[in-house]
Amino acid sequence: MATTKTNKGNATVFTTPSDREIVATRVVDAPRRLVFEAWTNPEHVPHWMTGPEGWTMPVCEIDLRPGGAWHFVWRGADGAEMEMRGVYREVTPPERLVNTESWGGEWPDTLNTLVLTEEDGKTTMTSTVLYASKEARDGALGTGMKDGWAASNDRLDAYLRTMA
Amino acid sequence: MATDPLSTTFAALADPTRRAILARLAAGPATVTELAAPFAMSGPAVSKHLKVLERAGLIERGREAQWRPRRLQAAPLKEVAAWAEGYRRFWDASYERLDEYLRHLKDKEKNDGHDKDE
Repeated sequence: MATTKTNKGNATVFTTPSDREIVATRVVDAPRRLVFEAWTNPEHVPHWMTGPEGWTMPVCEIDLRPGGAWHFVWRGADGAEMEMRGVYREVTPPERLVNTESWGGEWPDTLNTLVLTEEDGKTTMTSTVLYASKEARDGALGTGMKDGWAASNDRLDAYLRTMA
Repeated sequence: MATDPLSTTFAALADPTRRAILARLAAGPATVTELAAPFAMSGPAVSKHLKVLERAGLIERGREAQWRPRRLQAAPLKEVAAWAEGYRRFWDASYERLDEYLRHLKDKEKNDGHDKDE
């Protein structure tokens, strides 16, 4: 565990516990039952999971069960669209959600795990993004990409360390 | 027109062809012709994508070939930094909005008198 200091206030703490993972930890002031709802109910998700100012989520489809699909589309002020989709692998309200995530094309797919723990009415959200196996990743990117990605991941590790 | 740098980065990453180009450039510098090869796409169409990526600061044009501006040089550090920064800011901004939204949900639940079960 990298986080010895307490997650003070509302800061999101990013860590890279392995060369295949990125972990974001954040505390919110609500019971995890509500937090799980906010993450998994299509009525709620477009109200907050929209990233930069000016972006909206016009499409939010969630079939919340193992094997069920999800599909999000974001739209920027200038009309640019970003699309992601995936499949739920584990759905355990109100504590755990595991799903695949794909941008399509050659960008590597990831396996995302959200773990919610509650203490004194506050919820710690731990979101882990795991890159596919080396083989799957290399296959997705085509041969010859391996070294480039390894180098990028090293740099990413270094960079993420500077952000925490 | 988007002026927020994060928005520009996101718009640049939104396209699967551009992400494929970035993946290719992560393996090393490439010419426009080399970049166009895997896609059923003309040189000018690829150039258009490259311009978007350049504007977003995700790639750089090779300096040594100014008279023949076809050679591009990936700037992996820049690329990764921009990507990581985009990722971080996406979730920072979203989580801030989530704080607000959860407050709203809590208030709503209080007023509705807990008629929602799990």
